Amino acid sequence: MTAPRPAPTAGDGPAIEARELSRRFGAFLAVDRVSFEVERGEIFGYLGANGAGKSTTIRMLTGLLAPTSGTGRVAGFDVRTEPEAVKASIGYMSQKFSLYLDLPVRENLVFFGGAYGLWGKALARRADEVLALADLRDAGDVTTGDLPGGVRQRLALACAILQRPRIVFLDEPTAGVDPVARRTFWRIIRELAREGTTVFVTTHYLDEAEYCRRIGLMVDGRLVALDTPAALKATWVPERLLVARGRDLARAGERLRGLPGVQHVVRFGAALHVRVAPGGVSEEAVAAALRSAGASDVAVEGAEPSLEDVFLAVVGANGRGAEAAS
Amino acid sequence: MAAGPTPDGGAAPAAVAARGLARRFGPVTALDGLSFEVARGELFGLVGPDGAGKTTAIRALAGLVRLDGGEARVLGVRAGARELRERLGLMPQQYSLYRDLTVEENLRFFSRLYVLPRAVYRERVARLLAITRLERFTDRRADALSGGMYKKLALACALLHEPEVLLLDEPTNGVDPVSRRELWALLGEFVHGGMTVLVSTPYMDEAERCTRVALVHRGRALLQGEPSALIAQFQDEAYEVHGGDRDLLDARLAALPPVREASPAGARLKVVVARGARDEVAAALAPLGATLAPAAPDFEDLFLSSIRRAS
Ligand SMILES: Nc1ncnc2c1ncn2[C@@H]1O[C@H](COP(=O)(O)OP(=O)(O)OP(=O)(O)O)[C@@H](O)[C@H]1O
Ligand SMILES: [Mg+2]
Repeated sequence: MTAPRPAPTAGDGPAIEARELSRRFGAFLAVDRVSFEVERGEIFGYLGANGAGKSTTIRMLTGLLAPTSGTGRVAGFDVRTEPEAVKASIGYMSQKFSLYLDLPVRENLVFFGGAYGLWGKALARRADEVLALADLRDAGDVTTGDLPGGVRQRLALACAILQRPRIVFLDEPTAGVDPVARRTFWRIIRELAREGTTVFVTTHYLDEAEYCRRIGLMVDGRLVALDTPAALKATWVPERLLVARGRDLARAGERLRGLPGVQHVVRFGAALHVRVAPGGVSEEAVAAALRSAGASDVAVEGAEPSLEDVFLAVVGANGRGAEAAS
Repeated sequence: MAAGPTPDGGAAPAAVAARGLARRFGPVTALDGLSFEVARGELFGLVGPDGAGKTTAIRALAGLVRLDGGEARVLGVRAGARELRERLGLMPQQYSLYRDLTVEENLRFFSRLYVLPRAVYRERVARLLAITRLERFTDRRADALSGGMYKKLALACALLHEPEVLLLDEPTNGVDPVSRRELWALLGEFVHGGMTVLVSTPYMDEAERCTRVALVHRGRALLQGEPSALIAQFQDEAYEVHGGDRDLLDARLAALPPVREASPAGARLKVVVARGARDEVAAALAPLGATLAPAAPDFEDLFLSSIRRAS
């Protein structure tokens, strides 16, 4: 009945290291010579379109899938030759995680704890800790299947951090989670990082990716960009960004494409984001064009690009255009 | 686009009518008097926290859940009636495809359920494959698709038969930002062509694209109307925080009672605060070197503020 020891790590290099990491399925190259390093305690975001190779990369780095070529080191261990040591050092929340829905919340933790060699009082104490950390203090006796989706995802996270891993891989932990619950989830992720845990996370909600220290962006198996959010914005959306709000903008937006300097017109909810090259049209000219095309209550103003603008620019620049204005 | 009598003057029944829907599952009240109506040709959104009752409502409208009270009607007919089979389409949140069949085989299988003429089938499949960007992968088995690709295939199967009324339960979870826009453009085209769509979503930018939305909380509708009209009635205030360190600001904001929520907005934070509390919040942030600048509220701000007030 010893207290759980922190999970093992070897050496003091980067938490995660990929070198020319590749994976083929038959003739299809799902991950194509990906290289990067993730520092200890960093929140690292891994973004890309569906099928870009994010989950495949994670499955290789968690020791679940052998790379076809290249190397991966996690917590200092080689994912190909020491997959068991890798698995013992990390927490992993998969895109298709499964919990026992007919068991109470606490029993799920006991089950996962047993799989990690935790038991008895030490397990009970640790279960309380992770329940508190995951904001599930009062949910211990609730049947897992009765929990709303967003709360279930937090339980999956609690299971993933039971053994105090130094590194966690979270594959779309907030998919389908409502805005309030997503904020709670990210408070927990950031708390983990503050305590020194390295977080490798994928998401299709680009607003929350703003909390990552650095972001890698994948397109068709290749890592095409890797930097801080600010640097990605400066590199990929160097143009002036205008945000247009108003009524009946969608169709009117089509008219903007011919205006001098207008490079992209994309919908963001009810608004339009318009990227304008230096020397191109003014805010007033864009507003006037929208009005003359039938929009009303129009307001156009300059804005700083978001990571979603970056995502659309990167994916668009790599042959998968994002011209969906209507 | 508003609900009401149809242009032909008749009082045509609403495409979808939920009247006082009530349902309990053991100790859990899933629906507690939920009412809303969707006119023909509307793109109507259901939003709300996880567990608010959206899925139960959609299942009730598809005739899959017995109600304890209230009435669910589709195209003027009691939900679940046989005659709706051809006219109503549903994509549930938990859908299943044949994992050992390929993309193309799944599409062909689902098309048979609706007896589509060959030429129509070919045209629709080509379009759906292009929009979902699955055309390069038609001979890949469903179980070898990525999470988002699988979701998009399920959506393509549900969209094949172009029913009069389509119910979609969180169709874009796990779908990337590029494909989400393309799928919404397609829904826009369907609706333009006369289809009625009822869709639930956790994405507030999608809610903004609906003709009307209902914000569901604890089994009833907290608010409903056009997104822009609802935002115009926003009862709190939204600000962008300029200057200061984001992590320190976040911690400070979390401890201030009038702050309903703080969210990243680009590199900055956006906060929703109770009306009239601006000075109090500004004073608390000043020592951290930050100031507040008014910001236009969006649907997500409205959602956060409404749910926080109601909880
Ligand atoms: N067992 C397999 N056989 C064949 N192809 C596969 C297999 N597993 C994955 N793939 C393919 O590899 C590619 C990358 O898939 P992956 O799951 O890594 O994508 P992803 O970036 O995680 O996407 P998503 O955002 O949809 O989760 C996809 O084209 C997928 O179909
Ligand atoms: Mg994935």
